[in-house]
Amino acid sequence: MRQDQHPMDATARIRQIRRRELSARELVQVSLQRIRSLDPQLGAFLSVDPEGALAAADEVDRRLDRGEEVGPLAGMPLAVKDNLATPGLPTTCASRMLQGWCAPYEATAVARLRAAGAVLLGKTNMDEFAMGSSTEWSALGVTRNPWDPTRVPGGSSGGSAAAVAAGLCAAALGSDTGGSVRQPAAYCGVVGLRPSYGRVSRHGLVAFASSMDQVGPVTRSVRDAALLLSVMAGRDPRDSTSLDLSPPAAPEEGRGLARGLRLGLLADSAEAAPSAEMSAALTRAAGTLEQLGCRVEPVQLPGMDMALSSYYLLGAAEASSNLSRYDGARYGSPAGAGPFLDGVREVRGGGFGPEVKRRILLGAHALSAGAGRDLHGRAMAARALLTAELRDMFERFDLLLSPTAPDIAFVAGAHRDAPLGMYLNDTYTVAASLAGLPAISLPCGQGAQGLPLGMQLTAPRLADEALLALAAAYEQAAPFPTLPDLAGQQEVRP
Amino acid sequence: MTWETVIGLEMHVQLATSSKIFCACATRFGAAPNSQICPVCSGLPGALPSLNRRAVELAVRLATALGCRVHSRSGFARKGYFYPDLPRGYQITQFRHPLAEGGAITLVKDRELLGLPLERVHLEEDAGKSVRRPGDERALVDLNRAGVPLVEVVGRPWVVSPALAARALRALRRLVRTLGVSDGNLEQGSLRCDANISLRPRGSEALGHKVELKNLNSFRFVERALRHEQERQVRLLQAGRTVAQETRLWDPRAGQTAPSRRKEEAPEYRYFPEPDLPTLALPSGARDRALASLPELPAARELRMIRDHDLRPDDAHALTAAPEVAAYFEQAVAAGAPALRVAPWILNELLPRLEDPGRAGEAPVAPAGLAELLALLADGRLTTPLARRVWARMWETGEGAAHIARAEDLFAARGGDALAAQVCQALAAAPKQAAELRAGKQKLLGFFIGEVMKLSGGKAEPREIRRLLREELER
Repeated sequence: MRQDQHPMDATARIRQIRRRELSARELVQVSLQRIRSLDPQLGAFLSVDPEGALAAADEVDRRLDRGEEVGPLAGMPLAVKDNLATPGLPTTCASRMLQGWCAPYEATAVARLRAAGAVLLGKTNMDEFAMGSSTEWSALGVTRNPWDPTRVPGGSSGGSAAAVAAGLCAAALGSDTGGSVRQPAAYCGVVGLRPSYGRVSRHGLVAFASSMDQVGPVTRSVRDAALLLSVMAGRDPRDSTSLDLSPPAAPEEGRGLARGLRLGLLADSAEAAPSAEMSAALTRAAGTLEQLGCRVEPVQLPGMDMALSSYYLLGAAEASSNLSRYDGARYGSPAGAGPFLDGVREVRGGGFGPEVKRRILLGAHALSAGAGRDLHGRAMAARALLTAELRDMFERFDLLLSPTAPDIAFVAGAHRDAPLGMYLNDTYTVAASLAGLPAISLPCGQGAQGLPLGMQLTAPRLADEALLALAAAYEQAAPFPTLPDLAGQQEVRP
Repeated sequence: MTWETVIGLEMHVQLATSSKIFCACATRFGAAPNSQICPVCSGLPGALPSLNRRAVELAVRLATALGCRVHSRSGFARKGYFYPDLPRGYQITQFRHPLAEGGAITLVKDRELLGLPLERVHLEEDAGKSVRRPGDERALVDLNRAGVPLVEVVGRPWVVSPALAARALRALRRLVRTLGVSDGNLEQGSLRCDANISLRPRGSEALGHKVELKNLNSFRFVERALRHEQERQVRLLQAGRTVAQETRLWDPRAGQTAPSRRKEEAPEYRYFPEPDLPTLALPSGARDRALASLPELPAARELRMIRDHDLRPDDAHALTAAPEVAAYFEQAVAAGAPALRVAPWILNELLPRLEDPGRAGEAPVAPAGLAELLALLADGRLTTPLARRVWARMWETGEGAAHIARAEDLFAARGGDALAAQVCQALAAAPKQAAELRAGKQKLLGFFIGEVMKLSGGKAEPREIRRLLREELER
């Protein structure tokens, strides 16, 4: 019955492959075909590796032929955000600074998925160094929203979300620092999970804000997200912040799970009030959850007022440090002869885009003793307050329900000249980032022009399993089978 | 006006781990450039540090031996600056939450222990090296050293002489060698020292403008540079001028300091807590274990050797430069050798034969063998020159002293006709000097003793020669 409900999710595809109803090669060929026909307009991918993908698919098929063990992701076509190190394909972070750079090693998250049988198709577009909420800050290409090419796919994992929504892959990896998996998932009508900080190794994830960066899946169903997380999660000696916990189990089926759960409804924020459609969709979602047996109660989170500014300050501070390594000595177009610092200025001046420069400046200022106001220390204090406030809130509630973003995807260019307007998109997502909490965005209806709206569930730290369980229960009760009207979308089914 | 010198030392100790502090790369000195690097220590995007537990153990051991308050929880921070040999654009170090605070470098002065207090002791990573080749405009970068574990030992301001400051650095080297936490090699940079020095009117509490000295890569340079700088500052102050607060480089060839050409801007390192590393929490009991596993510390040993064996302070200091040497000494004494003979023998005869004092324990002659030799010397059966020859043969063959002396006929000649004949022979061979000696020119006694010694093949005892010479002259 679940298969029917998610006719095209990765879990269903993997089952077909394992049952030999479909070969891995056939499925990868469908993906490659769709990429060829749709991606020139969509722009989800920065690089594609057809030969590598087909070879990996053939290997899965060979193993199945021989009756050998295949992993839980056997044959699953996977797209990976271009800030995760992959062997054989460039890892550019959509920046001129890293254009053409190939990592000599593989990100743990990618390696674990591939070891489980996932087939790497290619790398997806993003905001440069993951800084942005629309993928418009990519220096290497434009990605459009599959639902409406005039709108952005969200960001920074916009390419991954667009690729999943358009059926170019079965699932994708993104990275979420302040909402970069959840918000594009909401804008593209798919599922985006930010695991608890430390669940998934960051080894091989090019750092933006290390204390908040987390790799997360973008999928068509909650169970896909759970499946990918169960494969990726777990301690990695190469990331000291990764946690030594057994991976969260896949959610069980059945409506009974939600019964008796206490749910806090965070419906509004003064900074970025939700649209009427978003509010209505959230109210409907709350109703659905009540029908499932949850007790829903409105809450306020005073600390949220500080969340956005703290997030932008801390994120920028860490980014300014993480991006110091791009000094022109090894990355970017080589500087001319001359003193080292002149080369640093020249290469960074030409290699970074405007948003990256803005954050580096903001971050360096926040960290400088010369600023004299200990901006970083105060933002850390605000972060600690917010974290404590959320901990207290989770004494009274099991989970928190909120919008993922204030509204449907915005029109491309809407915030190009007003960065703060863009930042407001992250109002609802940054709290979980600051506190290291797991959060998921899943479709909860359609807004203006039929574009998808996303709702966010947030759970206490390390309660990823409970989060996925409730999300799965909601998804089952209120399916969102709608896909963007793209040529051939319905023909994915072989 | 008289001036008081205030000296502050910042010392870096390279820990003797086999791998780097945040990755598994080797730390071997002298390897081909960039042959010991990986994505982590070369700062590739996406690579993350993992703390080397062994480095922490060694740092805790050192901090414990220095008598610091070792914190059960400490933390790392990023220190940001652009430099070609700093691959991430920041150094991972400890800033607000160091591993340890307080403590002192202890040395022996005037037969007492003297503690020169420390500010803090913290862990950090080394940077790479920029290499310039003659005739090449470019600076080449070697990252082999990037990520090598260091402990920074920061002294408090001390009112000491340049000589005593240099002795403190020596004491630190001796300590790290005794503990086995570092090889303490200044030439290879595994022990480094920056010093700052300021002068103030005697009795004043305020600190004067301080000058930082760099490029002090030998003990001698530390002392000479500080002394030079002290004199330069006294001259300036006596002339009513002020000392510029600056960094100066020691030029060993010119024997003087000169202002560093590197642009001096107020340093802005943009410190913040390192998000890639969790709080460093020492395992419970780590501090107790470190304390329990400490050997006798070198300063205490030096003082004990002075007191127990009545050694000259300089000898005791020299013998405790390496724990293996001190052990050799004590074992020889335990085997019955007189301490006052063992000490100079080790310093003058044993150490010059060793490339590395740390390998005294592996010397071909064991301490008991030296004790046997010194016993023969003490009872007159060997003369010092003979003992040296026996020693050389012992070193070559590994045989015992008595065995060699017997087999090679090296025992001292004891009086007898042969020696008396040689005395006559020597006097006859130099009639002019003999006449002068007879006339009372006592200085020539030494000359004839030497001549007779030559004739005896070094086997005669000087005292015996002197006796026979006197007899002959009185005849």
